Amino acid sequence: MADELDRKSAVSIDLREMTQARVLLGRFGAGLPTRAAQSFLLDHARARQAVWSEVDWASVRAGLVDLKLGIVEVESQAGDRATYIRRPDLGRKLSWQATERLADIRSDYDVLIVVADGLSASAIDTNAVSLARAIVAHLYARQLSIAPLVLASQARVALGDPIAEIAGTRISIVIIGERPGLSAADSVGVYVTCSPCPGTPDSRRNCISNIRNGGLTVGSAAIGVASLVVDMLKTGISGVGLKDASMGLPRD
Amino acid sequence: MRYKTTIDGTVYGFADLKDLLAKATPERSGDQLAGVAAEGPVERLAAQMALADLPLKAFLAEALIPVETDEVSRLIMERHDKAAFAPISSLTVGEFREWLLRAETAQRQLEAVTFGLTPEMVAAVSKIMRLQDLISVASKREVVTRFRSTIGLKGRLSTRNQPNHPTDDSHGIAASAIDGLLMGSGDAVIGVNPATDTADDYIRIVSLLDELRARLSIPTQTCCLGHVTTAMKAIAAKAPVDLVFQSIAGSQKANEGFGVSLSLLKEAHEAVRSLGRGAIDASLMYFETGQGAALSADANFGVDQQTMEARAYAVAREFSPLLVNTVVGFIGPEYLFNGKQIIRAGLEDHFCGKLLGLPMGVDVCYTNHADADQEDMDALLTLLCAANVNFVITVPGADDVMLNYQSLAHHDAVYCRETLKRPPAPEFERWLLDIGLIDGAGRLLEAPPKLAGYLADARLLGA
Repeated sequence: MADELDRKSAVSIDLREMTQARVLLGRFGAGLPTRAAQSFLLDHARARQAVWSEVDWASVRAGLVDLKLGIVEVESQAGDRATYIRRPDLGRKLSWQATERLADIRSDYDVLIVVADGLSASAIDTNAVSLARAIVAHLYARQLSIAPLVLASQARVALGDPIAEIAGTRISIVIIGERPGLSAADSVGVYVTCSPCPGTPDSRRNCISNIRNGGLTVGSAAIGVASLVVDMLKTGISGVGLKDASMGLPRD
Repeated sequence: MRYKTTIDGTVYGFADLKDLLAKATPERSGDQLAGVAAEGPVERLAAQMALADLPLKAFLAEALIPVETDEVSRLIMERHDKAAFAPISSLTVGEFREWLLRAETAQRQLEAVTFGLTPEMVAAVSKIMRLQDLISVASKREVVTRFRSTIGLKGRLSTRNQPNHPTDDSHGIAASAIDGLLMGSGDAVIGVNPATDTADDYIRIVSLLDELRARLSIPTQTCCLGHVTTAMKAIAAKAPVDLVFQSIAGSQKANEGFGVSLSLLKEAHEAVRSLGRGAIDASLMYFETGQGAALSADANFGVDQQTMEARAYAVAREFSPLLVNTVVGFIGPEYLFNGKQIIRAGLEDHFCGKLLGLPMGVDVCYTNHADADQEDMDALLTLLCAANVNFVITVPGADDVMLNYQSLAHHDAVYCRETLKRPPAPEFERWLLDIGLIDGAGRLLEAPPKLAGYLADARLLGA
């Protein structure tokens, strides 16, 4: 098989040091080497498992309770995982029990933080607590008031809208498990929205994604989120218009 | 009930044109999610039979979304060419299917009716065609576009080399792009989906891709798939922008969800043309679409997702794009549940795009929450090659480490070239041969010395 590829020898630098993408896999004809093929299948099996697992909410709660913000657990109208996958519309609506539970937190806070399972339980299990704590620290440093933390299951991004509407906050921050990839089943995204209410289009949200070990760090993400919040409070705008609106603002 | 079919004494009625189209659509989860799908296979067939008897002219008499409130509907009606429609104007949808399938209907006839066809007519006929029909008609319709490479020639397959990186790291993007080039991928475009969204990052990404392209003299185009407004800022800063990219959909409201309008797209098109990077006949726009985009923006107006997708092609063809691709399996199982639904949708989108005159490619892909796997992608890729698809997207090892989904591997393009005999664009094929990446028979070779020398330098990229 002398004519088959092992390009490592022909290339003076190792592309594998430059990216976690599956570069320089080698090949036999058009086929992958057997080990690379099976490694891919194993990662796919793991990712599917991340989608179909439940978040360990008790441990998320335990990691956030000492912030003394109060914690409310809510769930969407998608009763189980199978419904959640097929019916994103239900994942954007609060169950009526959850609506009742939220009635008590109504007040005029600046910011609401929602931790939502989204499509990866392992993303929330791994990253949500440290990210939420880092965001809270940055918001406190800017003297902003924060509503009780909301933990949301079977939740889509837009579930933050009815929650924020009930809570009466100016900004919502939704920390959510992203759709797992093969090399990253634990990636978290954050969606920040100004004046959130049901029916808010996605173009009115700002997103920071790929927050995980090996992607964007929790520390950098929290700085980015806090800066979005500050710009939104100053301009009253979020989404595609925010960059232009905040251009003339002085930086702190 | 405006439309009716009777089967075994049972009368099936359909309230209006969009109800008929939706119920005639082969089963998919997105239409069920929207609540517009047929209740079962018999009602679906009743709708397909009623649809087959419908004159094509009916689609000119009734806009699915009112022209008063939707600029895409207005565009569709305004651009309809009566003279081009004349040869098929007396046909029903069922007869149109037969006309398309006839051996006498070839490239010349199909090209002639392009602007006589509306997206709704094309979507309608696709609903009563099986996969083989979609393939045999699409394979007759060659749509060729040009910039530095010539894309869409019959019997060839181009690729978009998609070197995404989770943080847009310059070295990471370069490494992935080079890996793709070593596998012979990238003659349609080398295009990065950015994780960042600033104009500075956009400019850095197009600059590093342009440097790579220029230093290796690769006859291809580069693109950063940021928002059209970011592209316009980069163009204003005289950054090397070959192509302006935008995601688009089939209604004004859905496009507003993407932060675009027809006038904004026109402005971007004029801006990129002003850079003068391509020949006078070069196409300079790149669009991505996908079934379910309108519904996910709550902007489908009760129209089925496949018809909404075809309407997006009316937006695309207004700007003579170099490349259009459906990102067919990216949107998720709530719209296309499994491999079977993704495969059919990919072939439908390709068929509809080609009949409407678009240089249609497909991102053959799926997500980890869909009931699909790489074997479904093998099937779709092979079928698309039979249908003469313009291009597909390839990434290292089929794993996109930024967008977290599975597309095709660069290896899959090797399979198309060597097993299915689909060489790339002629200019790129010549480049591969000259630089020593393929032999005279088109077989991929080891990394040649010329490229290896460049790679030693690659760390400088973006530094």
